Amino acid sequence: MTEEAKKAAPDFSNWSCPLPLADYPTIVMGHGGGGKLGNELVEHLFLPAFRNPELENLGDAAVFDLGSGKLAMSTDSFVVQPLFFPGGSIGELAVNGTVNDLAVSGAEPKFLSASFILEEGFPLAQLAAVVNAMAEAAAIAGVRIVTGDTKVVERGHGDGCYINTAGVGVLRPGVNVGPHRAQPGDAVLVSGTVGDHGMAIMSVREGLEFESAIQSDCAALNGLIADVLAAAGDAVHAMRDPTRGGLASTLNEIASSSGVGVEIDETRLPVRPEVQSACELLGLDPVYVANEGKVVFFVGPEAADRVLAVLHAHPLGQDAARIGQVTAEHPRMLVARTAMGANRVIPTQIGEQLPRIC
Amino acid sequence: MKYLTEFRNGEIAQRMAREIAQIATRPWKIMEVCGGQTHSIIRNGIDQMLPTGIEMVHGPGCPVCVTPLELIDKALAIAAQPGVIFCSFGDMLRVPGTDADLFQVKGAGGDVRIVYSPLDAVELAAKNPGKQVVFFGVGFETTAPANAMSVHLAKRRGLKNFSLLVSHVLVPPAIEAIMSAPENQVQGFLAAGHVCSVMGYWEYPPLAEKFQIPIVVTGFEPLDLLDGIRRAVIQLESGRHDVENAYERVVTFEGNRSAQKLLSEVFEVTDRAWRGIGVIPRSGWRLNADYRDFDAEERFQISGIHTEESPLCHSGDVLRGVIKPAECPAFGKECTPRHPLGATMVSSEGACAAYFNYGRFISAEELAGVGKNS
Repeated sequence: MTEEAKKAAPDFSNWSCPLPLADYPTIVMGHGGGGKLGNELVEHLFLPAFRNPELENLGDAAVFDLGSGKLAMSTDSFVVQPLFFPGGSIGELAVNGTVNDLAVSGAEPKFLSASFILEEGFPLAQLAAVVNAMAEAAAIAGVRIVTGDTKVVERGHGDGCYINTAGVGVLRPGVNVGPHRAQPGDAVLVSGTVGDHGMAIMSVREGLEFESAIQSDCAALNGLIADVLAAAGDAVHAMRDPTRGGLASTLNEIASSSGVGVEIDETRLPVRPEVQSACELLGLDPVYVANEGKVVFFVGPEAADRVLAVLHAHPLGQDAARIGQVTAEHPRMLVARTAMGANRVIPTQIGEQLPRIC
Repeated sequence: MKYLTEFRNGEIAQRMAREIAQIATRPWKIMEVCGGQTHSIIRNGIDQMLPTGIEMVHGPGCPVCVTPLELIDKALAIAAQPGVIFCSFGDMLRVPGTDADLFQVKGAGGDVRIVYSPLDAVELAAKNPGKQVVFFGVGFETTAPANAMSVHLAKRRGLKNFSLLVSHVLVPPAIEAIMSAPENQVQGFLAAGHVCSVMGYWEYPPLAEKFQIPIVVTGFEPLDLLDGIRRAVIQLESGRHDVENAYERVVTFEGNRSAQKLLSEVFEVTDRAWRGIGVIPRSGWRLNADYRDFDAEERFQISGIHTEESPLCHSGDVLRGVIKPAECPAFGKECTPRHPLGATMVSSEGACAAYFNYGRFISAEELAGVGKNS
């Protein structure tokens, strides 16, 4: 270092930098990441344009009454890559995703539609495999695919196969669940290990090969949810399947909708060791990683043990755990008690979770 | 999980925190250099476990934060060119330049890809001979060997379509710069364990001697961090200023000799601009004359870059430990993680973002004292 350089003291006063342009003028991938960007599209574009009482609830499904009992309706689109992954395919996802959105709204799923957007050149054998997977998933979930549509786009304008499904279900009598109904004192339960689906997808994407194949948890949850509702009825205040954005986004959404605080104990969070390892490697947090076969329950404290026992008795709920509770403190925030005994806030992420540099 | 769970034991952590409280007789300010350590301190709540007076100052060791705006703008300009595949680690995609970020370039049709290793980018170059493949090589000494290996391999394989956009920065000159700043309050350092796994810690004894400060090579798990802090406090209390290694399972004095050899083969030391701080002499690496052909800045000759930073941000003061994030007038008002004005509010490793996330539900008085165990 020269004498001159030594004299030139560094100037920290202008330390200012990354100003992420939050107000993106174009769609970016983060708008589909299950975080704040997507929420803002809903709040500032879709909701004002379509506003009506059924939509305003912003539940996983809309609930309405046509005079002969309450119905629930939901829709979801599936653009996953790769189309086939350990533990499932876009076919199972397309059926189970909509089935689960109906089920967590307290409905018994009945009928599904299926629309395919196919890219020119997509192998028919792969389409058949996807369709068969859908048929099998529908049979397991006890729903019927009753209508559909097919469109083909030119090569290069799609990614092989996109699927949209919509579904209708009948609301179970006596059930009154909703993201706004969580109350201080409620126990928070999760039906099994978190992060499996997201890490299964990541493990087969280009450039990453893990030693042990992580399986997606893709499954229809209507059976498990029916058992819980039968055992606990209106003690179940809120349910949601933590898909994109993971457990963190789901708990934050319910904390926000209900105006309560949610506390979880990190040491009680069920995470498979291979998922934890893969997350450590990539600098990801399992609470933000997607699930496709898990559900979070907010239940009155008196029913917590009963619900946990029902979950443990079901094949999809073996690893269920009571992970926390609802509090009147820190409303609309999710706070985790760390293994060290300290607290940390788990915010909703802005867009997609990105692997860190180091 | 071996080498992780053992270092996350809550009971032992509480015991170590109590030990630190017994040792400390007065306030000390200790800087952890690395953003990865900041992340771990905040994620695990280590700062809340420490006794009153032991204050962790979060250093400039977040590669996302210190990469100069001008280089981000160059990256955006290169990534937007037709025929270019622009590869980067994930978290650089959200860092905005003057007008846009890499996500927007991707949204507008640029071929921007997240890779997990620069060697994946070399493979992409081999598979796409008709395209120019550029890897955004930023970071400290930790990420440098893999970046060096990428150009080394590209040269050996004769890949003319691969290049590196380099902004490597070095820890020892940053420590020197922080200690030389007139308002410096830092009294001891936790050196970044991963950097030292590559470089060893032979560069640190002259710094410890020159500035009379203890430097403890420290890891990233809760018990690693508490051990590093404990050792720094013991030294401070007894007036010592030694270099200690609290990360022996990974770091040796010499470091990774083969990596260092490769680095000296590919890179040369250069003056480097740090975002918001300015140029620190001899604080970075660039490709040397043998590898200049692989330098994306040479290959693409981007000119006409005009950068503009926010005038409201005080993150330089935050970094030196002069003010707490909450004392910045823009904190939580103009500046939030959603609309950050400064580096420290951007990534989860930044001090302001961490404080914002904690501070939202505790009072201003408590906030000013975050890091104290009441």
